[in-house]
Amino acid sequence: MPPAVRPQARRITALLGSVALVLAAAGCGGGAGSGSVSGRVTSLTALDYYTDASEHAQWSERLTACGRTAGVRIEHRSVPGASLVPRVLRQASSRTLPDLLMLDNPDVQQIARTGALTPLDRYGVDTGGFTKSILAAGTYHGKVYGLAPTVSTIALFYNKDMLAEAGVGVPRTWDELKAAAARLTRPGRYGMAVDANATFEGTWQFLPFLWSNGGDERKLDTPQAAQALRLWVDLVGSGSMSKSVLNWTQADVHDQFVAGRTAMMLNGPWRISAMERTRNLHWGVAPIPVRAPGQTLVTPLGGEVWTVPRSSSEARRQKAARVLACLTDSTHMLATAKQYFTVPSRTAVASRYTEQVPTMRAFVRSVERARARTAELGVRWPRAATGIYTAVQAALTGERTPEEALRRAQQSTTGP
Amino acid sequence: MRNEGRWEPVARWLFVTPAVGYLLLFFGLPVAENVVMSLRDYTATTFYTGDAPFVGPRNYFETLSSDQFPQALLTTVVFIVGSLAGQFTLGLALALFFARAFPLGGVLRSLLLLPWLLPMVVSATTWRWMLDTDTGVVNHALRALHLVPSGVPWLTDTSGALTSVILVNIWVGIPFNTVILHGGLRDIPTQLYEAAELDGAGPLTTFRHITWPLLRPVAGVVLLLGAIYTVRVLDIILVMTGGGPADATQTLATRAYDLSFQQFEFGRGAALGNVLVLVSLVFAVVHLRAGRRALHG
Repeated sequence: MPPAVRPQARRITALLGSVALVLAAAGCGGGAGSGSVSGRVTSLTALDYYTDASEHAQWSERLTACGRTAGVRIEHRSVPGASLVPRVLRQASSRTLPDLLMLDNPDVQQIARTGALTPLDRYGVDTGGFTKSILAAGTYHGKVYGLAPTVSTIALFYNKDMLAEAGVGVPRTWDELKAAAARLTRPGRYGMAVDANATFEGTWQFLPFLWSNGGDERKLDTPQAAQALRLWVDLVGSGSMSKSVLNWTQADVHDQFVAGRTAMMLNGPWRISAMERTRNLHWGVAPIPVRAPGQTLVTPLGGEVWTVPRSSSEARRQKAARVLACLTDSTHMLATAKQYFTVPSRTAVASRYTEQVPTMRAFVRSVERARARTAELGVRWPRAATGIYTAVQAALTGERTPEEALRRAQQSTTGP
Repeated sequence: MRNEGRWEPVARWLFVTPAVGYLLLFFGLPVAENVVMSLRDYTATTFYTGDAPFVGPRNYFETLSSDQFPQALLTTVVFIVGSLAGQFTLGLALALFFARAFPLGGVLRSLLLLPWLLPMVVSATTWRWMLDTDTGVVNHALRALHLVPSGVPWLTDTSGALTSVILVNIWVGIPFNTVILHGGLRDIPTQLYEAAELDGAGPLTTFRHITWPLLRPVAGVVLLLGAIYTVRVLDIILVMTGGGPADATQTLATRAYDLSFQQFEFGRGAALGNVLVLVSLVFAVVHLRAGRRALHG
């Protein structure tokens, strides 16, 4: 990617090119100011990754409403998902953290470990009644640092018309899934689609199969893990699933499903609003199949957590905690869940929600037993996650057998 | 007169100072920072606390002895060589083509710059869609022409993916090569060509004995800059394959990114980043030496 170059600059360019990464790592950049330190707190800053125009507007509205109850105005900023954590790290080193910070739940422990967040117990925020796993994701060294208004997970979406036409029922076990996917496959259409790309998103989609079968990220080279990986390999091998899954994001998987190029897919409820806008698409949603009947489905827990960083003054943090408490109270929780088809993170609110929105039943049930990705490995999770998606890719491309791929993943996860 | 003479060295330094200051601040400092970072256990926590225990060369040992390093190094070399060969050959061919004046030549030449004007993420995303095995337009065209029976796994095959990424990088690099080489061709005096024509030299002989020798300094610059830019290509690979499938397109640059920004192991990421700086330096030294030789020889 060569930009325009003046000949006299070529000696410099040698260095310039290679330190691009370094510059970013060294954290050369300004952060957002956090306003005045003294006096009464009248405004707070909030940072999240809701960059989508309508989503940003909806969150601004919600933050404004909650800010009003705490008597503050909120300056709401959103940055793209991939740049949120790097930005937070930069702000941490320049002491310009926002007053309210949203983080994806697997990142909370990492950021809490830096000391940049404050535990919520000292502000008297109510942490009761939350789903255990989301509380675990927001907890570091026994203290709660973050709370999520709503949570989510993934489930099996299916095209009702295609299943009816092929005379296939909704699969509940892996064997049924394989059989159904094979029968649903036609020229120009696959039976099943997942995201198996080389990112943490690929890992996230594989986890329900790994975990429900008794696999564990602390020890990847087990027969249970290999069985799970073999399922995906078989689906691709039999032609029921495109080999392109290696390169699809969840958004791509959704596009395939909406375009009628796959009869079933693994995806999250945040796609529902788009699917409902698609005409002539009759979709259903069911829990992800497990290997043997009677096995308990364990899915990974998704959801964004709000935290109170160590900002400039105690007064600001107190105010921020009040806004956070408002965002996670029952009313706002229910409203957020309805808006984005997510699940309220307090169990009592979630059951009320199922009565009001029955289509969300599959998700509510899955979320009850969902597991936080950082629950076991904590800050060492990113390494295991990298090992998992690499193993999935190595097996799906046929480079290695599932057993061999997982053995190598285990080595790289525990190695130096 | 005498007074002016005394001030001259000072004035000379004053002219140099802004440039030197700029270089030290924006290039020297980050490099020094990175070297320091690579010798420390630098994690996400360091950003807040500032603590980064000194660990000596441990990060280098760990990074260079890991299983992934030899493969990433090989991939990087293949990526650079493949990209340069393609970019340069096609760039030179196009430059020669546009060297002669013909109607619409200027328009076509500016159209050629298009890949350069697009944001890299946009073109990489578009290529990723185009190269999809089942629904991509490239396979669609190949099937329609009956060139392949089924889809070519452009990005989903461990050997194919690297080739595809190289092809896209070639596409991205052609404008740069063409523009610089085109400039080089224009500098060659036309009398030489006229003389050659009078002597009865054919197009091949003309190229071998006039164009190529006179274009060589420019060609050297293009190749070296191309190499340095290719070493650090990150966005194309990240968007198109994410380093996959199964690490098949993982280069040193993507690996450094992964270590620093996915796994938060900034010390090890910095160590690998320094290896990249060294690789670039090797190219830079080769380039400077070649330049000196051209000047004196």
